[in-house]
Amino acid sequence: MRIRLLFFASYRDLAGGEELELHAEPGATAGAVVDALRRRGGGLGRLPAAPAVAVNRVHSPLSTLLHEGDELALLPPVAGG
Amino acid sequence: MRAWITSDAIDPAAVLGLVGAREDGAALLFLGVVRDHNDGRAVIGIRYEAYVEMAERVLAEIAAEAAERLATDRLAVVHRIGELAVGEASVAIAVSSPHRAEAFDACRHVIEEIKARLPVWKEERYAGEPSRWLEGVVPPVTGGQP
Repeated sequence: MRIRLLFFASYRDLAGGEELELHAEPGATAGAVVDALRRRGGGLGRLPAAPAVAVNRVHSPLSTLLHEGDELALLPPVAGG
Repeated sequence: MRAWITSDAIDPAAVLGLVGAREDGAALLFLGVVRDHNDGRAVIGIRYEAYVEMAERVLAEIAAEAAERLATDRLAVVHRIGELAVGEASVAIAVSSPHRAEAFDACRHVIEEIKARLPVWKEERYAGEPSRWLEGVVPPVTGGQP
């Protein structure tokens, strides 16, 4: 299944871009996708093991099951205001 | 009730103008402003970045929670993104209600929740040294399957 990945702020600096499309096994969780990204090494390898994530624009746990076409955003600790 | 993200300069009077009613005895305007120092460094500006599509949804959610506390829908909140100079407003919150207590309470709720969960990040700019992303807080999980 296709997953659309988004990176922001310091995580975008690590990923070297804002957006990435990735193929994941059906039934993969958000956490499994993060693990797979980290295994690619380089800047992605320096992502934290358990970052905050949003699935389809909702703050969600890493145990969230992903589906075809989902948008998974990796969110550094937020600093609005 | 209004909640939005903008790249334009915030006009505080216009935001305050979105609230108010004849029955209201309190009208409140809060501005979050870029200050000239942080952590012992001289700050010359801040670049704000947002996950815009999500931030608009979360900001509307926060505004709705505050309106419930307020028991009126007379609340407006805007968060600016992009490059801001010292003294410019990054956030404006306007609230009105018959009595002051609910207005202060609702306004406080909005700014505290913005800081806790709005997907926005700050890159602070300094004179003569590289800019850096500010440390933030980990947002609480609000949805998804367990």
